[in-house]
Amino acid sequence: MNLHEYQGKELLKSYGVKIQEGFVATTPEEAYAAAVRLRDERKSGWCVVKAQIHAGGRGKGGGVKLAKSPELAQEVASKIIGMQLITPQTPPTGKLVRKVLVAEDVYAPGPSPHKELYISILTDRATQRNVIIYSTEGGMDIEKVAEETPHLVHKAFVDPLVGLQSYQISQICFNLGLSGLAFKEMSQFITALYKAFIGSDASLFEINPCLKTSQDTVIAVDAKVAIDDNALYRHPDLEAMRDKEEEDPTEVLAAESDLNYVKLDGNVGCMVNGAGLAMATMDVIKLSGGEPANFLDVGGTANAERVEKAFRIILSDPNVKAILINIFGGIVRCDRVAQGVIDAYKNMGTIHVPIIVRLQGTNADIAKKMIDESGLKVRSAILLKEAAEAVADVLK
Amino acid sequence: MSVLVNKKSKIIVQGFTGKEGSFHAEQMIAYNTNVVGGVTPGKGGTKHLDKPVFNTVSDAVSATKADTSIIFVPPRFAADAIMEAADAGIKVIICITEGIPIQDMIKTKAYIADKKCRLIGPNCPGVITPGEAKVGIMPGFVFKKGNIGIVSKSGTLTYEAADQVVKAGMGITTAIGIGGDPIIGTTTKEAVELLMKDKETEGIVIIGEIGGGMEAEAARWIQKMGNKKPVVGFIAGQTAPKGRKMGHAGAIVGGDDDTAEAKMRIMAECGIHVVASPADIGATMARVMAARK
Repeated sequence: MNLHEYQGKELLKSYGVKIQEGFVATTPEEAYAAAVRLRDERKSGWCVVKAQIHAGGRGKGGGVKLAKSPELAQEVASKIIGMQLITPQTPPTGKLVRKVLVAEDVYAPGPSPHKELYISILTDRATQRNVIIYSTEGGMDIEKVAEETPHLVHKAFVDPLVGLQSYQISQICFNLGLSGLAFKEMSQFITALYKAFIGSDASLFEINPCLKTSQDTVIAVDAKVAIDDNALYRHPDLEAMRDKEEEDPTEVLAAESDLNYVKLDGNVGCMVNGAGLAMATMDVIKLSGGEPANFLDVGGTANAERVEKAFRIILSDPNVKAILINIFGGIVRCDRVAQGVIDAYKNMGTIHVPIIVRLQGTNADIAKKMIDESGLKVRSAILLKEAAEAVADVLK
Repeated sequence: MSVLVNKKSKIIVQGFTGKEGSFHAEQMIAYNTNVVGGVTPGKGGTKHLDKPVFNTVSDAVSATKADTSIIFVPPRFAADAIMEAADAGIKVIICITEGIPIQDMIKTKAYIADKKCRLIGPNCPGVITPGEAKVGIMPGFVFKKGNIGIVSKSGTLTYEAADQVVKAGMGITTAIGIGGDPIIGTTTKEAVELLMKDKETEGIVIIGEIGGGMEAEAARWIQKMGNKKPVVGFIAGQTAPKGRKMGHAGAIVGGDDDTAEAKMRIMAECGIHVVASPADIGATMARVMAARK
């Protein structure tokens, strides 16, 4: 589950991580009030208005703007709120901005030059440990930094049994070229950040940029935070932060029906039991000349009710020109699944796209006969190869 | 011969009396798997499915000399159940549970590292040695005895592969479902290594998915060891978009190296017979086995 920047920063702050302070606003008037508060409480005459959407690269798309007064903050916010923000990470049509974070200006000059750094924490699959990735090259795309100047990207792996050690924290500070107060500040920052990562069951923290200010303090200027969905049961406070408006409405609906669905851009929908087989079925669609319209795992119990829900979700996508149902009946018997398909089909009246049903496993023959004799416009198959051929055929 | 489980395995079921545990334990017993008992804290001393129930794994091991455990415990208690099994001296721990928090698994994996046990899963269909032991949730009838080993991240796709191998006139030595999570007990390479060492296994099917680098690691190892047995490989998720989780917690493309395309290329370079379509697994295995003879 992804958090917005302002939510991520709230989470970090609750663990003692220093952040760029700010207030969230949903209207230009609220943005004005936020800017006034920053001016009065934080002595920040200038402020930054940042679009809050679940996608990176917001600055490039015009979703982050500097405002030199509360009046200008209001004006900038009026342009950003309601805009369709397009960034390299959004769909081509962009994402609607519903709120902005009005944040203090942290780049004011001071005794020492400020410096943008990069820090992220995630789970490294190869070593099966958490890793802190850090670089002196903050404020940029880290993948590009890693490609062009790999020696500037450092990693610290954390032993799960003893946790992050002091020497590792010192090493991070030295490698980031810090000394004096900034060294001490960064030590505290990393300690609190790792504590927050573990404490919140996060799957990703990306602080880019992490700023060493001109006063030698260290603060998070941005925060990309993702929480492990499997651990949300122990964080009801974080679960409450879920912003369903940022998610695809069909995916939200599917999740409520306990169906694992991911919307894609293609023309052939699919309904499958099991995640691996579902991905493989998408691949079959592509190899048959189509493009998968979705990923959908109906799970172990493919009864009429679930099949009908899945049908409705797939058909809510106007691009769908055909549907491939691929069920390997193991413990679930194919004849029961076939009955589910037939019942669901009848309940829905007429379905205007061709349907191919491939049922393999227990009682596959009986299931095929049931489909063939149902009088419905449904093509049946037993072998995966036959199903692939049928898909190619209906797309002609 | 076979790997991990056979007719001599003494198996206990953790989460024995729960809905999932009961259902699948019954199926395992019906397959003539040597289930010697089960564990449900608080129900020790009772009987379930005609087998003794124990409060702890340690009690179960003392009483039954169990060496294998299958775990159906809900996600929030499953990591604890794995550690308990390891601590009690269980040699093969098979965790079916899906949805264990990743930080729990990181700790668990480190905890069991110096115990003399092998963890399979979590989030897997289990392990089956046809005709001997079904320690998992797979439909037993699909798996006929033979000389092909299967290593897979997926459940139903494993059944699909086994079905095709059987229909192509061959059979299975042992099918190992390693699981679809980012942190799992036994990697693709480790499972392949077991099958390479198994005398009865003459060919291997590897079923991978997008995400992580385990298939590439296995492929490089197979090549380094001299491609001793023919291997057919399939990677699910060729059409999956970047950055989206496809059902399994581990099935997510992060960068350029963990796409299906990259994995398929590396596997092919290492001498593995890579199929683009999952419909071609059985036929390809039959072809490469015939060519070998």
